[in-house]
Amino acid sequence: MYKISKENLPKLYTALAQQGRLLLPCQNKDGKTDFADYTVTAKVNLAATLTARSAKDVFFPQVENLLKFSAQGKKLSLEQILPSSETVIVMGVRACDARSFKILDRVFLKEPVDSYYQARRENTLLIGLGCTAPEETCFCHAFGIDADKPETDVQTWLTEDSLYWLPVTKKGEALSEKLGALLELADETEQKKVEEQAAVTKKILNLLPLHDFKINDKLPANELKVFNSKVWEKLSSSCLSCCTCTYICPTCHCYDIRDYQAGEGKTERFRCWDSCMAGDFTKMAHGNPRKTRLERFRQRYMHKLVYFPENNDGVYACVGCGRCLQKCPVNLNIVKVAKALEVSEDV
Amino acid sequence: MRKIEKLMREKAAELLADGAVDRVLAWRRGEFFYDNAPAFFADAKECEQIVYDEFCPANLCKYLLQTSSKGLKAAVFLKPCDTYGVNQLLKDNRIKRELVHAVGTPCSGMLDIKKIKTAGAKGIIKVEAAGDEVIVTTALGEIKLPKAELLLDKCRMCKGNEYKIADEELGEKLPTPVFVGDKFAAVKAIEAMPPEEKFAFWQQELSKCIRCNACRDICPACTCEQCIFDHPESPVAGKAYADPVEEQFFHIIRAYHVAGRCVGCGECARVCPQGVKLGLLNMKFMKDINTFFGPYQAGADAVTPAPQVDYKQNDYEVSIAVAGKRGK
Amino acid sequence: MLEQNNTYQPKIVAFCCNWCSYAGADGAGTARKHYPANIKIIKVPCSCRVNPLFILRAFARGADGVILCGCHPGDCHYTTGNYFTRRRMTLLLSMLDYLGVAGDRFRVEWVSAAEGARFAEVMNNFAAHIAALGKNVKLRDLRCAK
Repeated sequence: MYKISKENLPKLYTALAQQGRLLLPCQNKDGKTDFADYTVTAKVNLAATLTARSAKDVFFPQVENLLKFSAQGKKLSLEQILPSSETVIVMGVRACDARSFKILDRVFLKEPVDSYYQARRENTLLIGLGCTAPEETCFCHAFGIDADKPETDVQTWLTEDSLYWLPVTKKGEALSEKLGALLELADETEQKKVEEQAAVTKKILNLLPLHDFKINDKLPANELKVFNSKVWEKLSSSCLSCCTCTYICPTCHCYDIRDYQAGEGKTERFRCWDSCMAGDFTKMAHGNPRKTRLERFRQRYMHKLVYFPENNDGVYACVGCGRCLQKCPVNLNIVKVAKALEVSEDV
Repeated sequence: MRKIEKLMREKAAELLADGAVDRVLAWRRGEFFYDNAPAFFADAKECEQIVYDEFCPANLCKYLLQTSSKGLKAAVFLKPCDTYGVNQLLKDNRIKRELVHAVGTPCSGMLDIKKIKTAGAKGIIKVEAAGDEVIVTTALGEIKLPKAELLLDKCRMCKGNEYKIADEELGEKLPTPVFVGDKFAAVKAIEAMPPEEKFAFWQQELSKCIRCNACRDICPACTCEQCIFDHPESPVAGKAYADPVEEQFFHIIRAYHVAGRCVGCGECARVCPQGVKLGLLNMKFMKDINTFFGPYQAGADAVTPAPQVDYKQNDYEVSIAVAGKRGK
Repeated sequence: MLEQNNTYQPKIVAFCCNWCSYAGADGAGTARKHYPANIKIIKVPCSCRVNPLFILRAFARGADGVILCGCHPGDCHYTTGNYFTRRRMTLLLSMLDYLGVAGDRFRVEWVSAAEGARFAEVMNNFAAHIAALGKNVKLRDLRCAK
C-alpha cells in the first residue's frame, strides 16, 4: 500500500492528468458535486459521498455519434465515427458505481459486442475511493458490495491527512509505477488506520434505516406472480413517467438511435439515452407496446429485479447507490417497490 | 402539524366511507421521515396511513388529471399554493369541477432536505420540527437548525395562506412565511447583464439539464395529451442534446408554452435533479406579463382569461421588449 | 470579418401575412423598389399563424435574421389575429434577449398592402442591420449543413 499526503494531492492530479484525461468529483458553484475534467482551478471534492451521477457517461455518453452518411446521386458514402483512443482516468469512483460498470459490461460486452462501449472501457482506468460517510439512502450491502473496497484498478482511502493507494489490477500497477516518487510506501500502523476507518464505516452503516434491507431472492422464480400482482397499481399511481430515475441510475442502459438530417443529402446517425418510463420509448408503427404508466413502471422494476437476474446469474440490475431515493420528484424508488413486493400477499 | 394530520385522516376516511368521493389524494410516509410520497387512497381503512408534516411539498393537483379522465371524484388536500394549480387546470379545461372536492389544508412552509444535508447532516435517521427549530438525528450525532433557513426556495416566496379554491377547509389557517423584497430581483440581475454575459450564464445553467422532463411532468400547466417534445416528427423531439442549441430550445419552448399559465408553484425548480434554476425563466415571463400586459396572477381564479389569449387594442408594440437596448 | 467581406450575404427569413405584407411585397415589386434577394419570404394567411417555434427553427437551420410582417393592429384581415401576434412576439423577443441570443436578430413590423415602398425600406433596413451583426452563431444548430 502507498500513501500521499493531502497537501500533495494537487501534484498527484497533475501527474495523472499527464497520463490521460482526468475526471474527478468537482464541486460546481451551486454546491453540487459531479465528475468533471480536472483543471487547476477545479474544486475537487472527494468528501462528497456520492456524485450527482455515476461515471457511466464515460463509457456510455448521453449522446454519441455513430455514423455519418451522405448521398451524392446514387452514391452513398458512410463514415463511422469511432470514439477517440485517448486514455481516460476516473478518480473517486465509489464501490456502488464500480460495480455498476460490471453490470453494464454484461449488457454491452456480450456478443455482439458494442464496439463503441468496448473501446471506451478499454481505454479507461478506474481509481476507486472507499466510503467513510454513507448516507441514509445507501444500501449497497444488499448486493454484496463492500463500500470500503471498490472493484477498480486502484483502490484509495481518504483519512484526515492522507490518501492511501493500493493498486489492484495490472493496469493499476502500471499507473502506480508511472507515478513514481509521488507515492510513498505506507507502513503497517498506517495500514491499520485504514482498516479501523473501514470498521467505523461499517458501524455507521448498521445504524442507518436501510441497514437490514434485502431483496427477496425468490422474485425471479415467481416471475408470473410478481407480474400479475395487484401491488403495481398502487405503486405506479403517483409516478409521473418522467425520465429522472433512468437517467441518474448507474445501471440503466436503454438507448434510442436517431437520424439527424443535416441537410443536402447529409445525415448523422446518433444514439442517445432513452427511458423505458417515457411514453414514446421504443415507439413503433402501432405505438408504444406498453401503453399505460402501470405497464411501463412494472417493466422497469421487473427488469431490475426479475428479468436481469434471470439472465445474468442472479445479479440484480441495481447497486444500492440510492440516487433514485434522492432524486425522484415524487419519492418513489426501488426500495419501496422491493418492500411492497415483499409484503404483498399475491407474490 | 400533528393536529392537522389527524384532521386530514379523519376527513379522508369520512369522505370515502360516505361515498362522497371515489379517491383521496394525500401523502404517505416514506422511508426516511422526509420522503413522503403523493398517494391515492381508495378505502377508508387505508386512511390511517396518511401523513402530513413539514415534508409534504408536492403539489397534488396534477393527479386530478388521472382521476378526472377516469370519471372518478377525488378529494384533494391543497396547500394554499396548490389551489392556484387547480384553478389553472379548470381554466385549461383539463379537469371537471364536479369531480374535484378541494380541501384547503393549512401550511406554514415546507422544509428542504437538501438544505438540511448541506448544513452537515449525513446518515439521517429522524427529522423533527419543533417550533422555530428543526432537530435532526443522524448516525453521527444530533444537529439543531433554525427552521427559517431550511425552508424550500418556493416557500420563501409564499403567496399567502388564502385558498383560491376550496370546497371546505381543514382546521384553522396557519401563518405563512413572509417574503420581504422584490421577488423579481434575481430576474432583474440577469436582465442587467450585457448580452455575452447573459449567454454564458444560460449556457452554463442549461447545459446541466439531462432532459429528464421532470419539470414538465410535475407542472400543472403542462397538460398536453401529446407533448411537442414527445412527438417523433417534431423538430424538437430530441431526447438528449446532440447540439448545444437544443439545450436552450427545450427550456425556451417550455417556459414559453406555460407563459401566462404558470402559477408560480415552484415545483419545477424543486424537482429538477440537476438543480437548473428554472424559476429564473418562468419568473421572467411573469415579470414581462405584469409589465407589458398588466398585473396578472395565474390561478387566482378560474375565469380571468390568460394574457396570451387576450389582447388590448392599445397593447405595447413588440419592440418594447428591447426598448432602450437597441440603437434604433 | 464583416468589413472586408463584401460578399457576405446574411440569410434572412421573412414571414409575411397574405393580406397586407405579402401584398406590400408585391407592391414593392410593381413599383420597382429594390430590396435584397437574400430575404426569403414565407407567406402565411395571418401573422398570428406564426408559431414562435418557426422563428426558433429558422435560426437553428441557419437564418441570421428573422422578420415577421403583418397588417397594422386594427386592420387585420381576420379582425383580431395580429393583436395576439403582438402579445406573443413581445414575450418571445423579450425571452430571446434575456437569454443573450437573437434579441437583435428578430423584429416585427406592420406593413400594409398599400405600403410597397415602405416594405422595401423595412427590408433594406433589416438586411443592413443583420449584415452588420454578422452570422448567427448562438442559435444555429451546428449539425446543419453550411
